[in-house]
Amino acid sequence: MKVAVSVTNLVKTFGSFVANDNLNFEVYKGEIFGFLGANGAGKTTAIKILCGLQRPTSGEVKVAGFDIYKQTELIKKNIGYMSQKFSLYDDLTIQENIRFYGGIYGLSNEEIKSKTEQYIRELELEEYVKSMVAALPLGIKQKLAFSVAVIHSPQIVFLDEPTSGVDPITRRQFWEMIYAEANKGRTIFVTTHYMDEAEYCHRVSIMVDGIIEALDTPTQLKKTFKAESMEEVFIQLARKSTRVD
Amino acid sequence: MKDFIIKEFKQIFRDYRSMIILFGIPIAQILLFGFALTLDLKNAHIAVLDNAKDEHSRKLTEKIASSEYFILDRHLNSADEIEDIFKEGIVKEVLVFEPNFSQNLLKTGQADMQIIADASDPNTANMLVNYTSAIVANYQQSLLPSNPLNGIVIPDVKFKYNKELKSVYMFVPGVITIILMLVSAMMTSISIAREKELGTMEILLVSPIKPYQIIVGKVIPYLLLSFINFLIILVLSYFVLGMPLGGNMLLLMSESLLFIFMALSLGIFISTVSNSQQTAMLLSMFALLLPTILLSGFIFPIKNMPTILIWISNVMPSKFFIIIVKDIMLKGSGLMDVWFETLIILLFTLFFMALSIKKFKIRL
Amino acid sequence: MRSLRFIIEKEFKQIFRNKMMIPIIFVMPIVQLLILSYTATFEIKNVTLGVLDMDQSTSSHELVHQFDGSPFFQITTYSHSLNELEKKMQHGEIEQIINIPFGFEEKLINGQFAHIQITSDAVNGSAATLMSYYASSIVMDYNKKILVSEQGAVASNKGIATPFQFWYNTELDYKKYMVPGILVLLVTMIGAFLSGMNIVREKEIGTIEQLNVTPIKKHEFIIGKLLPFWIIAMFDLILGLTIARWIFDIHIVGDLWLIFAVASIYLLAILGIGLLISTITDTQQQAMFLAWFFMVIFIMLSGLFTPIESMPTWAQNVNIINPITYFIRFMRQVILKGSGLMDVMSDIISISIYAVSVLGLAIFRYKKVS
Repeated sequence: MKVAVSVTNLVKTFGSFVANDNLNFEVYKGEIFGFLGANGAGKTTAIKILCGLQRPTSGEVKVAGFDIYKQTELIKKNIGYMSQKFSLYDDLTIQENIRFYGGIYGLSNEEIKSKTEQYIRELELEEYVKSMVAALPLGIKQKLAFSVAVIHSPQIVFLDEPTSGVDPITRRQFWEMIYAEANKGRTIFVTTHYMDEAEYCHRVSIMVDGIIEALDTPTQLKKTFKAESMEEVFIQLARKSTRVD
Repeated sequence: MKDFIIKEFKQIFRDYRSMIILFGIPIAQILLFGFALTLDLKNAHIAVLDNAKDEHSRKLTEKIASSEYFILDRHLNSADEIEDIFKEGIVKEVLVFEPNFSQNLLKTGQADMQIIADASDPNTANMLVNYTSAIVANYQQSLLPSNPLNGIVIPDVKFKYNKELKSVYMFVPGVITIILMLVSAMMTSISIAREKELGTMEILLVSPIKPYQIIVGKVIPYLLLSFINFLIILVLSYFVLGMPLGGNMLLLMSESLLFIFMALSLGIFISTVSNSQQTAMLLSMFALLLPTILLSGFIFPIKNMPTILIWISNVMPSKFFIIIVKDIMLKGSGLMDVWFETLIILLFTLFFMALSIKKFKIRL
Repeated sequence: MRSLRFIIEKEFKQIFRNKMMIPIIFVMPIVQLLILSYTATFEIKNVTLGVLDMDQSTSSHELVHQFDGSPFFQITTYSHSLNELEKKMQHGEIEQIINIPFGFEEKLINGQFAHIQITSDAVNGSAATLMSYYASSIVMDYNKKILVSEQGAVASNKGIATPFQFWYNTELDYKKYMVPGILVLLVTMIGAFLSGMNIVREKEIGTIEQLNVTPIKKHEFIIGKLLPFWIIAMFDLILGLTIARWIFDIHIVGDLWLIFAVASIYLLAILGIGLLISTITDTQQQAMFLAWFFMVIFIMLSGLFTPIESMPTWAQNVNIINPITYFIRFMRQVILKGSGLMDVMSDIISISIYAVSVLGLAIFRYKKVS
């Protein structure tokens, strides 16, 4: 099993506050890795470090085989990222957004054109072609943001709470898109606080107060914690938390 | 509602960077206007082309050069150099003495000293010429017998309200106006626009807080800030600039409060027509602040502007407020003297309030 | 470098799509230029005069007539009560009072000095100085007339004559002086405010994070953000110069290429300031405030409105780091006097050093990673 992301003794502190306390884990190529935890547990900080947006205080981190300290720009070429709220520019059209990100990731004009056509077709965006992204319904915006995040066929995609605020049907559709990408061999690193989505992942880690308290397949976790659902597992672990949101 | 106001205060004061600047601006302005900016002229560089090089040309040159208005930069050797020296930009005036200056003066009673001024700055040029002529006239007096064969008129010049002719007195009322406009109108408009832009305004509107309470809550902190700023300016003017605080202080404060209200309602109105913070800021700046500085009579006298601009200035509440402040602070006027301007500001306030209420209802 | 093209494209689209931006960028500066140029004048005209003539003699009427005929004065009130006139001055209705006491003509005839009083509203100190100077010169002219009528023309020409010439601006048109400065002001405001706020805006709404994750290089991002405003500011400069030519009749005496070359460098300095501000602020409001704070101070000290020579040493020292000072001086020299490259070299060097330092510092400070 090839390793897509390897984290060793990762520590991140802000002053005296320890956001990430000695994290150790690996993410394998092609797997869907769920990164769970309550708000304030340290998830967002960790994912930002993996994307090269923040520098670790200490520890070793390798993403797609590249070192986070010395080869940050190489990492960025090989990953995709969908931030929690603002991936796309509201005051640009769909085509303009695709063109912009496609261009920055080095796609040729023909590639951009064909990707645009592809996305409009697959996501059924024909009626929105002339409007600004601001006019898109939230669910469609998110699906589009995801597509744009993988436009350059990156090895790894980081998704930070990609399905917040949409209805269950849309969430289901979104996860179908994630599966499709995983089948192509892409590694998916996703954070979520919807516990049912945790079931869709190959492996899941649960973070509490900056520490990874559990890491295994959903099935194994349920066995270990004698729980019926991931939600129960989570509640058992979260109860140990001393950090107030 | 009390909680809302407290939240507003917290938000504002926590932004310590803005706070520093907010209070730094009036202090900086006072220092600038009090000490650096003056319309008077001093240390103007001049050059002399002395074709006579005799007793009187030298003495006159020395007299002019020793005045605090002038600094003798250099002596020129030929008229060709004049253009070059102006192009360099440091010398503002050139004096040219005709050959045989002293001789001509004593023999024929008349001699020429030409003054060539760089009029790219016409105001400076004008003043320099005036100063120079005055010094020459003075020199002349000391030479020639001073008893005329006939009676002449002597003007006794008196200056009222500002015996030492301090520029500062003119600026402080303007600074007060600008700061009040800035804090009350501009900041309020940006603050409300910000809530709209970030989407939190919707949340407020949905909550049990009534719209007018939102507005009042937004506005009260800035009212307080404006007033504090106003007091700071007064205190600084008095202690640092030595500006007399004559006149009815109570009246001044009431008028200022009225003006603050006016500016606040204006700020609210601007926020209702802006779709973003950037818009609110640019609108406040270009449509409010700059015209206030230019058309309110703050620095430039309104009287001599083209008619259309005079009309526009009459629509600027700041113009009237400056008159009120100047009159109270410098002329010791009372309410009876400024009732007209006060009324105008009151009307403006009501006007903007009505507009804002109307717009706000529609926006909802 | 390809990314550069894309980010510039995006920026332009966003700028022009914002409906309020277009009038602000193009219409506002023009309107400001027009209004500012007409308002910024310290000339004195039509001084409102109140006359108190207690003598009512031929001589006093003659003197008053001199004032009446002058374009500088406008007699609005004749009164017999000093109180009334002083009240009017209090209300701002008149700016100057001429008080001719009883016995004026008699003193003149008897060869004595006849005093009159000229009282000026000195709230505006420098205006008052000018006003009283004009009034005094009218009195001097009157005195000359007396001498002429008594002694003949020769006697009145005694003394040192000071014929004067005004170069570069013979009609003393204040606009000629102000317009180049105002152009600088407008271009500066666009460069500093808009560029700074634009970058902070991405920070504030959060899209900057998405950008930082991409492989876009730091310099590509910065150029992409600044170049559109550089272009817009240059455009406004050209527009402004055209207006100056056609509406204000201000011809550029110096070299046009020199103006554009130096303006380009100056804009880099200003954009650098905007960028620097964006690296130390998190919200648009803060950015605006900071920019405003420094801009106002710089503008006031730059010599745009008040002469630099009259400023105290500390203020002149501050001006060393004030880019506006250099550029205004440069513009005035080249536009009005046709100063050449060598004449303005020191200002050019100052502006260049400034641009390199500020831009360098700002770029250094801007980091994709925190």
